[in-house]
Amino acid sequence: MNTRLDSLWFALAVIVIWQVLFWIAGEEAIASPFDTLRQAVLLIGSAGFWGHAAATFEAFGWAVLIAVVLGIVMGLTLGLWPLAAEVAEPIINALYAIPKITLYPVILLFFGLGVPAKVAFGVIHGVFPVMLLTMNGVRTIHPVIRKTARALRLTAVETIRTVLLPASLPEIFSGVRIGIALTLLGTLIGELFASNRGLGFLLLRAADRQDVPGTMALILLLFTVAALAGAGLLAIDRQLHHTR
Amino acid sequence: MTRVGIIRLILVSAFVAVVELACRTGIIDPFTMIAPSAMAASLAGLIEDGKLGADLAFTLTNMAASIALAVVAGFVSGAVIHALPRLRRVVDPLLAAYYAVPTFVFYPLLVVILGLNRLPLIVIGAMFGTVGMAVNTIDGIDRIPRVLIKTASAYRMDPIRAVLLIKLPAATPHLFTGVKLAVTYSMIGVVAGEFILSMAGLGRSIAFAYNDLDNTTMYGLLLLLLSITTAVNVLLNYAEQRVYRRWGCA
Repeated sequence: MNTRLDSLWFALAVIVIWQVLFWIAGEEAIASPFDTLRQAVLLIGSAGFWGHAAATFEAFGWAVLIAVVLGIVMGLTLGLWPLAAEVAEPIINALYAIPKITLYPVILLFFGLGVPAKVAFGVIHGVFPVMLLTMNGVRTIHPVIRKTARALRLTAVETIRTVLLPASLPEIFSGVRIGIALTLLGTLIGELFASNRGLGFLLLRAADRQDVPGTMALILLLFTVAALAGAGLLAIDRQLHHTR
Repeated sequence: MTRVGIIRLILVSAFVAVVELACRTGIIDPFTMIAPSAMAASLAGLIEDGKLGADLAFTLTNMAASIALAVVAGFVSGAVIHALPRLRRVVDPLLAAYYAVPTFVFYPLLVVILGLNRLPLIVIGAMFGTVGMAVNTIDGIDRIPRVLIKTASAYRMDPIRAVLLIKLPAATPHLFTGVKLAVTYSMIGVVAGEFILSMAGLGRSIAFAYNDLDNTTMYGLLLLLLSITTAVNVLLNYAEQRVYRRWGCA
C-alpha cells in the first residue's frame, strides 16, 4: 500500500518537473503534461491508431516467437556441449554488443521494406540475451541433477523436458524478459526506418512534422505499455528466482 | 593460443570465407552486399583518402564525452536511488523497462532544444548509458558484504573513509560491469543519433552512403564502425573478467 502511495508521489513529482521544463523550454520544444495526455487520449480514440498498433504488435509477436524459440534451442544446445559453449560465448557477446542500428541498411537490402525487415530487426535485438542466459542456466545446473537423469535412464527428450528446462527455468525466464524488451525496441527501430505502418512509423512522422504533442503522446503511450509489461515480467522473474 | 581459441578462429574464418564465396559467385548480389575482401579494400581506400579523419574524430570525441557523462550521472543517481528505498521500489520497474523504449525518439526534441551541433548527440548517448550504470551501481552497493560495513564501524571510520576504503573497493566488480554497459550503450546512442540527424560523424556518413546507393563506401564504413565497437567490447570483457577474478567472485 505504501509503495502505491509512493508511486503516486513519484508520478506527481515527474509531472511537476515536466511542467517546469515546459515553462523553461517553450512549446516548440516540449508539450505540457496536460496537452500530451489530451493528445494521447485523442490518439487512442482515433480511427487509424489501432491499425498501426496492430501492425506493430503483429511484427513484435512474430519477432518474439522467433527470438525466444531460436534463443532457447541454441542456448540449450550450447549449454549441453561445453566445448561449443566456450567457443561461442565471446562471439555471442560481441554480436550482442554491436550497435545494431547501423545494420539497418543491410537488413533493408536483404529483406526489403515491410514486415520481414521489422521482424528481422526485432529478432537480432532479442535473440542474444535469451541464448546467453539459457546457455548459462543449463551450464550451472547442479551436476547431481544431471547425473540423476542419467541414472534414471531418461531419453534425451525426457531429460530436456522434465529435468533441464525446469531446472534452468529462472535463468531462461530472465533471458526471455530481457529478450522481449529488446525485441520491442528492435521492432520499433525497424518501423522508424523501414515501414509505412506501425507505431514507430507514426512516431517518426510526428517528429518529421514537428508535431511536438503528437510525438510526446506516442512516447508516453509506448513508455507506459513497456513499463507495465516490464513490471509484470519482473514480478514473475523474481517469483521464479525466489521459489527455487 | 588455446585449443578453444583456435577452433573459434577457424569458425569465424570459415564464416567469412563462405560469405566471400557467396558474394563472388553471385549467390548474394552486389546490390545487397559486397564481398568481405571488397569491404576491407574499400576501408583501406577511405583511410588512405584521409577524408575519414574528421568524421572519425567527431564521432569518437562525442562517444568519449557521453561515456564520461553517463558514468558520472549513472553512479550518482544509482547511489541516490539506493539511499532512498521508497524511491527505489517505485523506479525499479521503470529501470527494468527503460531499454525497451527507443530513447532516441527524444533526439529530435534535443536538437530543437540544444541546436544542431554535437551537444544533442552527447546527451542522447549519455541518456542511453546512464541507466545501465545506475542499475549496476545499485546492485554493487547491495552486494557489499555486511561484515565489511561492520568492520568499518568497528574501526570507527568516518563516512568518507568508509566509502573510499571499504564500500567502493567492495562494489568495484559491479561498478565495472556498469561502466562496460555505459560504454556500449553510449556508443550505440551516439551512432544512432548521427544516423537520424547530424551534420558530421561516422553514422551520418553511413546513412549518407546508403541513401546514395554507394554500397562500397557504406560497407567500408560499417566494417570500420563494427570493428571499433567490437574491439572496445572485447577489451572491456577481458578487463571485466580480470576484475572479477582479482576480486575472487568469478
